[in-house]
Amino acid sequence: MKLSEIRDILDAKVLVGQEFLDREVFSAFSSDLMSDVLAFINEKSILLTGLTNPQVIRTAEMADLFAIVFVRGKVPSKDLLDLALEKNITIMTTEYTLYTTSGKLYEKGLRGVETEDV
Amino acid sequence: MDGSNNKITLEYNIMQNDFKCAGEASSNVKKILNQLGIDSKIVRRAAIATYEAEMNIVIHSLGGKIIVTITSDVIEIKAHDRGPGIKDIELAMQEGYSTASNLVRELGFGAGMGLPNMKKCSDIFNIISRENEETLVSMKIYIK
Repeated sequence: MKLSEIRDILDAKVLVGQEFLDREVFSAFSSDLMSDVLAFINEKSILLTGLTNPQVIRTAEMADLFAIVFVRGKVPSKDLLDLALEKNITIMTTEYTLYTTSGKLYEKGLRGVETEDV
Repeated sequence: MDGSNNKITLEYNIMQNDFKCAGEASSNVKKILNQLGIDSKIVRRAAIATYEAEMNIVIHSLGGKIIVTITSDVIEIKAHDRGPGIKDIELAMQEGYSTASNLVRELGFGAGMGLPNMKKCSDIFNIISRENEETLVSMKIYIK
């Protein structure tokens, strides 16, 4: 699924990384626990989260994620956006809650990251 | 950076509770590994292992160092802090066990996945620590 489709499905506002909306993702992961993001994500995914501190960008950088959707209408700080810009990571924000955001994308065919135990 | 004998050594000082800079060392390590043309999956594992180690020093220790040595065969990451040490390493290695503060949890860490993640990302993982002493985590990730 292209990032531009994700934006449309979620009525999301793109804050940074507009130029990368053609990028394609194969799965999504919803979490506010950054160590879980680092432990489970192993492919081209996006992160859906309500956490807005700069460590979210660091986590995305280490795990090779190229987009983050902030849920519940959260808008991150300028520090976070500057870091995202530097790392070529697309940042969007949607008014939907984490559950609804995940459900809307799943319904349109974007699957979750599978853990090894499933 | 010391690049003699085809060996690169990177050394970073990591400060206690420095959440603003936390991740910069790992970011730099990742950048250099990419520049060396190392396979992206290996780079990713090394970056995650280094980042978890860096966050651990920031969160749990009095401060310390991360030393990364890169040769043509292996990436070696050493995280060395000045204490206060780990009372029960076996317990600390269990997924979900954490002693982190609420502040740290608000940052998205302290879920008890740091050490297990580091072990998962490395081919060889070793931790030496004792209560009220320093902690040394050594990890090796083979490039070939």
